[in-house]
Amino acid sequence: MAGNNSIKGKPYGHSLWLMILPLYLFTLALVAGPLLYMVILSFQTRAEGWGIVNQFTVANYINIFEPVYLSTFVESFRLAILCTVLIILFGYPFGYLMATLSPVWKKRVMMLLMIPFWTSSLIRLYGWIIVFRANGTLDQVLMGLGIRDTPLKLLYTYPAVVVGMVYALIQFMILSVYSSAEKLDFSLLEAARDLGASPVQVFFSITLKLTMPGLLSGVILTFIPSMGLFFIADILGGNKVVLVGSLIQDQLMKAHNWPFAAALSVALMLLTTVLIFLYKRITHTTELEGMG
Amino acid sequence: MKRYQKLTYLYLSVMMLLLYLPIVLVVVYSFNESKITSVWGGFSLQWYELLFRDQAMFEALKNSVILALSSSLLAAVIGTLAAVGFTRIKPWSKGVVEYVSMLPIMIPEIILGMVFMAYFAMLGLRFGMLTLVLAHTAFCIPYNYMTVKARLVGMDKSLGEAARDLGASEVRVLFDITLPLLAPAVLSGTLLSFAMSFDDVIISLFVTGVNVNTLPIKIYTQMKTGVTPEINALCTVILGATLMLVFFSSVLHRSRAVKSQPAAGDDAVKEELK
Repeated sequence: MAGNNSIKGKPYGHSLWLMILPLYLFTLALVAGPLLYMVILSFQTRAEGWGIVNQFTVANYINIFEPVYLSTFVESFRLAILCTVLIILFGYPFGYLMATLSPVWKKRVMMLLMIPFWTSSLIRLYGWIIVFRANGTLDQVLMGLGIRDTPLKLLYTYPAVVVGMVYALIQFMILSVYSSAEKLDFSLLEAARDLGASPVQVFFSITLKLTMPGLLSGVILTFIPSMGLFFIADILGGNKVVLVGSLIQDQLMKAHNWPFAAALSVALMLLTTVLIFLYKRITHTTELEGMG
Repeated sequence: MKRYQKLTYLYLSVMMLLLYLPIVLVVVYSFNESKITSVWGGFSLQWYELLFRDQAMFEALKNSVILALSSSLLAAVIGTLAAVGFTRIKPWSKGVVEYVSMLPIMIPEIILGMVFMAYFAMLGLRFGMLTLVLAHTAFCIPYNYMTVKARLVGMDKSLGEAARDLGASEVRVLFDITLPLLAPAVLSGTLLSFAMSFDDVIISLFVTGVNVNTLPIKIYTQMKTGVTPEINALCTVILGATLMLVFFSSVLHRSRAVKSQPAAGDDAVKEELK
């Protein structure tokens, strides 16, 4: 029905509609449909034991503010902030310095950066188990150098989870800062230096300002996933660190409280949307840097 | 600025080392004779031997390959057709559909997983290969669509116009000119989504059936219960396979970059995809 207004008498217009039809159908049935159902589900009532009762309620949303669950949100938020700060500290310089390299090296570093990116996150996680486990690589190095006498046993602790998260997400920051810094006109920096500005001044008043879109988009790309990556907390934290993601999974798989899991997901989605909206308002852009 | 140069290289090298450390360790210890992961007991291939005798592993591998093949091919058809179609017609709904269809790679995986699980349960679908393929196709489409779209932007439009001026029909132009020119991008997008599907653990955990294991699900459950060097060997094999796919995909990208755009577009696409 929507076909009439746009093809305007072009020949074979109908075959063109047939080309985009699969995407329309699929998106409607398997993306929009499920997401809509999640919203509906979040307002439904949980049945005794198994299943759902078709009765409108906002109890699931109120439930989020129960101290037990709210503390998970706060805890998860705190971890996400910590990880994001660390990712900025390590990732920003990387992305920026990468942009200062020669074109050949840029390509090489990019390639080197993409390889871990494409390898399974599970495999990389498994590598950290080897590093962190009692008498693992880290303990052996530390004891070998005489820095410590006893193993640190970092596996299944908070720091292990932080390292795992930072490691899993830092590429997003590097890539978005890089794509911002690449557009930077380096002669501006030189001009400012020639006119007597100190390196610190140059950084804060020029470099940081001009790479802000990349930095912010990196923050969004790392902050949001770091609340949902439950399997990192699971494997490196051994159930000691509970994220919003772990909570959703528990509600779904163990407590079988699907409406509550849906409400938690909607809350997380809303949070995501708000962050992206703020990003667009601050940077006046429509797309995330490094996302297209 | 020269004195900063050395610091720059030092910093980038140290970061790179850290980035590769876990991966290298997994590979190195897969050849370890000793069963204790942290002690080096000499070179051995015994874990690979054990792996290749593991029947359940082969079952999981078979499932993973079937799943990745079907969802990446399905996504290739849907994504490519739409990307090409949208160059010729621009209905008002284009923006909305484009946005919504990209959501599966924008929203946290955990949410996508839970959403699919609840939706499939509501529809009364039997959890298993079908639900896995549907869910995976959803997040494979964006990879394919974006790769093809990027290629279309850089494509020389005059060829198609010339063909039409000479009397070729729209359909003829599509099959004789557009699709052949797009082939590397389509293949590259398909390889990419294959790799993504082959690697997925979170979404699969939610939509798989009781008896359907994929390789990542199997690794995940084994990692939770305890680690054996057999997993190292398995991870190394998967690593090799993924790297080959990625390498092949990037070679295809390069061949396209040489012909049309400056090579910088190459990396831009990869960035765009993540």
